[in-house]
Amino acid sequence: MKVTLDQDKCVASGQCVVAADDVFDQDDDGIAVLLDPAPPSARADDVQQAAAVCPALAIRIQD
Amino acid sequence: MTSTVSTEGAHAPSAPEFPMPRAAGCPFDPPPALKSEQELGSLRKVRLWDGTTPWLVTRYADQRALLADPRISADVTRPGYPSPTPLRGASFSFILMDDPEHARQRRMVTAPFTIKRVEAMRPAVQKIVDGLIDDMLAGPPRADLVQAFALPVPSLVICELLGVPYTDHDFFQENSKTLISRSAAPEQRGAAHANLTGYLDELMGHKIARPADDLLSGLGTRVEAGELSRREAAEMGVLLLLAGHETTANMIALGTLALLEHPDQLALLRGTEDPRAVAGAVEELLRYLNITHGGRRRVALEDIEIGGEVIRAGEGVIVPNDIGNRDPEVFTDPDRLDLGRDARRHVAFGFGVHQCLGQPLARMELQVVYSTLYRRVPTLRLDARLEEVPFKHDGSVYGVYELPVAW
Ligand code: SF4
Repeated sequence: MKVTLDQDKCVASGQCVVAADDVFDQDDDGIAVLLDPAPPSARADDVQQAAAVCPALAIRIQD
Repeated sequence: MTSTVSTEGAHAPSAPEFPMPRAAGCPFDPPPALKSEQELGSLRKVRLWDGTTPWLVTRYADQRALLADPRISADVTRPGYPSPTPLRGASFSFILMDDPEHARQRRMVTAPFTIKRVEAMRPAVQKIVDGLIDDMLAGPPRADLVQAFALPVPSLVICELLGVPYTDHDFFQENSKTLISRSAAPEQRGAAHANLTGYLDELMGHKIARPADDLLSGLGTRVEAGELSRREAAEMGVLLLLAGHETTANMIALGTLALLEHPDQLALLRGTEDPRAVAGAVEELLRYLNITHGGRRRVALEDIEIGGEVIRAGEGVIVPNDIGNRDPEVFTDPDRLDLGRDARRHVAFGFGVHQCLGQPLARMELQVVYSTLYRRVPTLRLDARLEEVPFKHDGSVYGVYELPVAW
């Protein structure tokens, strides 16, 4: 799976980090940082969850 | 009104009044009339106190879509904005602004709410929680849980984070109460707002003169740099102080009451040491209780087609997250409190760019509270009949004014 993150949209809720902290992190101001743009398929559920809870719709997933 | 065409109800001159009353004896569920509206359709018309008839959005999917839609505005000063009260005494800070100014101001205060910074505060919060429980247990075996525990926990935490002296808590708790009460007269709310802004403005002066390592000092630096006026900084302070108090305090007290009324669920929480299970329980309580029951308020900037209707530019929109979180299409058997379910997609913190800024902090506080209180006070019980508990029907935050408990 391929993950993209739009940092301009991010509102620093940290929800993606809670869902998958090996794929997402936050900078000092809370803006999300993508750690792994191509996570293994075993991480699919948590990454889907991150995208689903992101209030800013900043996370996109391609299979 | 006929029952054959579902959209007819949406335009009927007899639109139901909003907010609607809850059912007697059913303090945790959204109003039955609100549920009926959801069954009738996703986009409904309701009538407000001033006779205006904004849209009510009842379905979870449409709620999320609208709250994340850039064609919708949170600007309270726009014509058509569905105001919950006459003359809002509320803070005009960034929650009532649109991007880009909203984003600019919000980003000035996001730093202390990152997951890492919040996790670093967990031991300090645990200490606060344990200390308050020690004090409770050292006294007589009964208390008002709101005053003894539910209010002091978030109050101590947010004061520490902002750099507000906790010794002033009587002053700002009194004024916060008035400010968010729907039954207070507009003048009273205006006075409470002026009191709080004046207090924060003075405090801001101290922070600018002698900066410390806290959020208000950080805002003071922005004021000095000319990025923010002192007035705006004070308004932000009011917003954060208010939001940090009322919401979490009500989640603690109302959550405790809900758990005492659902002993099987309380047992699950008492019996686990797994932080994931506790975190899951917190999400379910957030979904189930919905203390922000007045709905998110917006006004359409353009025509928006959604849920089989067209919201016209300038029309008001109300998004009641309580009913969205009980949407049977998203949550199976939604009116059941089930701490074991996956409730993480709830909209208790709202959705879109205005979603609650303090949610990581709120979650952490609730995780510490729910995993500590019932373990350390295993015989905790309600010291009144449910009907005697005074519920906050009139405020913009739902909860209880008092929670008499014994152990
Ligand atoms: S969930 Fe979305 S808004 Fe929140 S930090 Fe992650 S990317 Fe940003």
